Amino acid sequence: MGLDVYLNVAVAGVLTGLVYGLMALGLSVIFGVVRVVNFAHGEMMSIAMYIAVVLFSSFHLDPLVMLVPIAAVMFVFGYALQAGLINPFITRPEHSQFLLVVALAIIIVNALLIIFGPDARTVQTSYAYDSFEIGPVIVDASKTYAAAAAIVVTAALFAFFRFTLLGKAIRACADNYTGALVVGLNVNRLYALTFGLGAACVGAAGTMMTLITDVTPALGPGYTLLAFVIVITGGLGSMPGALIGGLLIGLTEALAGLLFTPSAKSMFAFGILVLVLLFRPQGILGRRLT
Amino acid sequence: MDAMIARLTGGLSRRALGLLAALLAVLLAAPWIANDYLLTVLIVILYLAYTGQAWNIMMGFAGQLSLGHAIYAGLGAYIPAVLFTRLGIGPWVGLLAAIPAAAACGAIIGFLAFRFGVAGVYFAILTIAFAEFARIGFDHLTIVNASAGLFLPVAQLSHNDLWRLRGSPTMFYYVILAATVIALILSRLLLRSRMGYFWLAIREDEQAARAAGIDTFRYKMYAVMISAAVTSFAGVFYAFFYNNLFPEQVFNISRSIEMILGPIIGGIGTLFGPILGAFVLTGLAESVTSAMAAFGVDLPGAKQIFYGLCLLLVVVALPEGIWPWLARRLGVGERER
Repeated sequence: MGLDVYLNVAVAGVLTGLVYGLMALGLSVIFGVVRVVNFAHGEMMSIAMYIAVVLFSSFHLDPLVMLVPIAAVMFVFGYALQAGLINPFITRPEHSQFLLVVALAIIIVNALLIIFGPDARTVQTSYAYDSFEIGPVIVDASKTYAAAAAIVVTAALFAFFRFTLLGKAIRACADNYTGALVVGLNVNRLYALTFGLGAACVGAAGTMMTLITDVTPALGPGYTLLAFVIVITGGLGSMPGALIGGLLIGLTEALAGLLFTPSAKSMFAFGILVLVLLFRPQGILGRRLT
Repeated sequence: MDAMIARLTGGLSRRALGLLAALLAVLLAAPWIANDYLLTVLIVILYLAYTGQAWNIMMGFAGQLSLGHAIYAGLGAYIPAVLFTRLGIGPWVGLLAAIPAAAACGAIIGFLAFRFGVAGVYFAILTIAFAEFARIGFDHLTIVNASAGLFLPVAQLSHNDLWRLRGSPTMFYYVILAATVIALILSRLLLRSRMGYFWLAIREDEQAARAAGIDTFRYKMYAVMISAAVTSFAGVFYAFFYNNLFPEQVFNISRSIEMILGPIIGGIGTLFGPILGAFVLTGLAESVTSAMAAFGVDLPGAKQIFYGLCLLLVVVALPEGIWPWLARRLGVGERER
């Protein structure tokens, strides 16, 4: 195997990693603000994936075009979830919130199984087999589009938190819950908004993921874990950390798939998690765990 | 011996002891009354009651949420099964290998987490990560036949061989019943021991426990290791009862979830909660399955959705679980917390 094989695989891994990063970003935003561990994250992503698949197979709507509408639908889903189910749990013990979301995750996976059956579904776009040639590297077109879209959404999210008043208010909630209440912020509404944003992120990531991989109902738990591995690796509550973690895990999985066997690739992601916990428990960009 | 019995029964009312004895008598007599189907359901219930109690030691007593208990059951299943199929070594000797292996695995996970302040739900995620690691690892491990699955020679039902765990469902029923009773006794002894009080202190407020001079790292480690060791026997039982092992099933996250549903529904941290929860949950799930079969409906995910809804309902409406509520009703409410 020449060097260019490794290079090709590494580039593909980085592109997939960007989409992973967007997915993990959603989780990081929700945890950073609402302090609820969204254990249904991958399951929410599979909902978005199925929406994209159904829209494509029934109406031939390209996932790239449907990115924003699907993200909007997931926003509404996330908002309703937080406002209706999770907000009353904010003061409950951590494990109690966690189990609530686990219950939700179980219901989503199996509802998808009942509705769509266990078989894998794909999106066959007209550009599915296109590629760009850049020097010795052949880059898959679908992955490039998916990664580009992930970068755009991520940039938009960063801008939102940095430059808008609403973003500032949400950051205030994250920094100091009581303080935010004291200055008169409607924390419950901001929490719902944040959960909606996190869900929109994962919705966008899921839509893009259909360009890269097949969809089955069983994908959810795996993606949830992957998102957690990425967020812990990158650093809890750090938004750039989620992106770097995503890149790292995407790259690792791709190289592990090449050097060992593709079915064992997520083992290496868990291996990285263990290494990070051993040598840098706060994550690559995280602050010290308390 | 008398001191031991006093410690076991101390604080229990005559009424509670009477109810326990009556329940045990019914369970002992069950194989004569129940048909094959009901006996199999009872075995599943007791299996979940046993694993639920094992998990409860860690989460209910010491407050450490594990969502990867499948790894301990999986090690408990695979090690004796490999020893049995490859070397002809019996399950009880295999258990002697499985217990330290599971405890060591628990120690590794606990060490990684507790040393570096990975706590609460992040600890739970670490436990899942290890179980998934094991699932994928065993899927590629040739000595356990990888994803093709490991099969134990099927038992001849003509005679029961307790030493080799080959025999009729009735034998397996009594084995798991005995294990459940032993786990209940062990749980009570642990809870009433010095260590048990340390665990409760850690569960309620770890900072305060440390301030009071409890070596919290050490006692959390003991909780993980004991819970893992107890769980490993469930794996041995699983392997020799079902006779086939696939990493995809044995280490699957839904195995871990099944183990924790009973105690959550019954009442986390209570002694009888895991047992009650297993009866309630499995009883209801079997009723749902039979009702669906009667109407000719066949939906593969329906049972799991039902589990999810039960979990949701209990977490929202009865966060303490059913047992504390029921115990007050029955007038056997012992202060366990």
